[in-house]
Amino acid sequence: MITFWTLAPLMVISALGLLFVRKAVHAALCLAVVMISLAVLYAALDAPFLFAVQIIVYTGAIMMLFLFVLMLVGVDTEDAVKETIGGQRWIAVVLGLAFGITLVLAIGQTVAGAVIGLNAANGNGNPYGLAELLFGKYVLAFEFTSALLITAAVGAMVLAHKERLDSRPTQADRAAQRMRDYAATGRHPGNPPTPGVFARHNAVDTPALLPDGTAVDHSISPSIVARGQVRDGYDDDIVTLKRQLDGDDSDDSLGGEK
Amino acid sequence: MTEYLSLSLILFTIGAVGVLVRRNAIVVFMCIELMLNATNLAFVSFSRQTGNLDGQVAAFFVMVVAAAEVVVGLAIIVSIYRTRRSISVDDASLLKS
Repeated sequence: MITFWTLAPLMVISALGLLFVRKAVHAALCLAVVMISLAVLYAALDAPFLFAVQIIVYTGAIMMLFLFVLMLVGVDTEDAVKETIGGQRWIAVVLGLAFGITLVLAIGQTVAGAVIGLNAANGNGNPYGLAELLFGKYVLAFEFTSALLITAAVGAMVLAHKERLDSRPTQADRAAQRMRDYAATGRHPGNPPTPGVFARHNAVDTPALLPDGTAVDHSISPSIVARGQVRDGYDDDIVTLKRQLDGDDSDDSLGGEK
Repeated sequence: MTEYLSLSLILFTIGAVGVLVRRNAIVVFMCIELMLNATNLAFVSFSRQTGNLDGQVAAFFVMVVAAAEVVVGLAIIVSIYRTRRSISVDDASLLKS
């Protein structure tokens, strides 16, 4: 019972986090917390086999797949806040509350009777008992799951496969395209500057500087910009230097160095 | 046993509200997973209540189906993202005209 009352509030808070966090990666972390806590609850409910399967399949495989796809489609895809159906959010919350309260009340009134417990059923060990059911009573369903898994694997391969409709552009095509862009828009045909050129640091989060000291925004990867991890290339260089030259030592960040 | 079932129902409700409220297709998918997990918890606690392992076998099958569903669903999301450069569920409304 201590396990339950420790984990249950944590799980509910994490599940609510799934509703309220803005970034999809944070939602994935919240879901991972719920799944690991569920695994511990399975262990407390005399289901050691499901405890292992929950950790391996859900937190191991499925959450990895979610994070993998999140990284693939880009962490910078923002969540639209505009409602297409007016008032949908409030209707959803009211309906959800009504649904949940009804279910909790119904369960509270109907489920009664003594808990039999699994000591007898787990007599030969929990995996043994499960295997006896799985390969005895439910063997047909077990066979069907194999068909399901094969179909899912083939389906994923077909859906994720991209057919190339035109030939791959060659280096000459790319060079010609660059010159056409230059003629049309005046975009520089050469290589863009790498991050950190003329800046104090050459890390990937520091934008390159032009000769006049302004930052070149497109020298940084867009995903770093989306995560808000860009370091101002000259914030700690030119600004600090200017302050030092002007004799303005009121800034406490310089206090230690003087 | 009632408290385990109540927790399972609360998680299921949160997942259902999330499916209705969130716009990002991947987060909607996570909410569906939360609902499946909540039903699993109910299965396992009923299994302990009634004293046989059938509920645990049912939870096991739910996990298998959920794994297959996630694989196919995420592949669909990836292919939608590839053609439309967006994973918001509001953008995929071509049939509405």
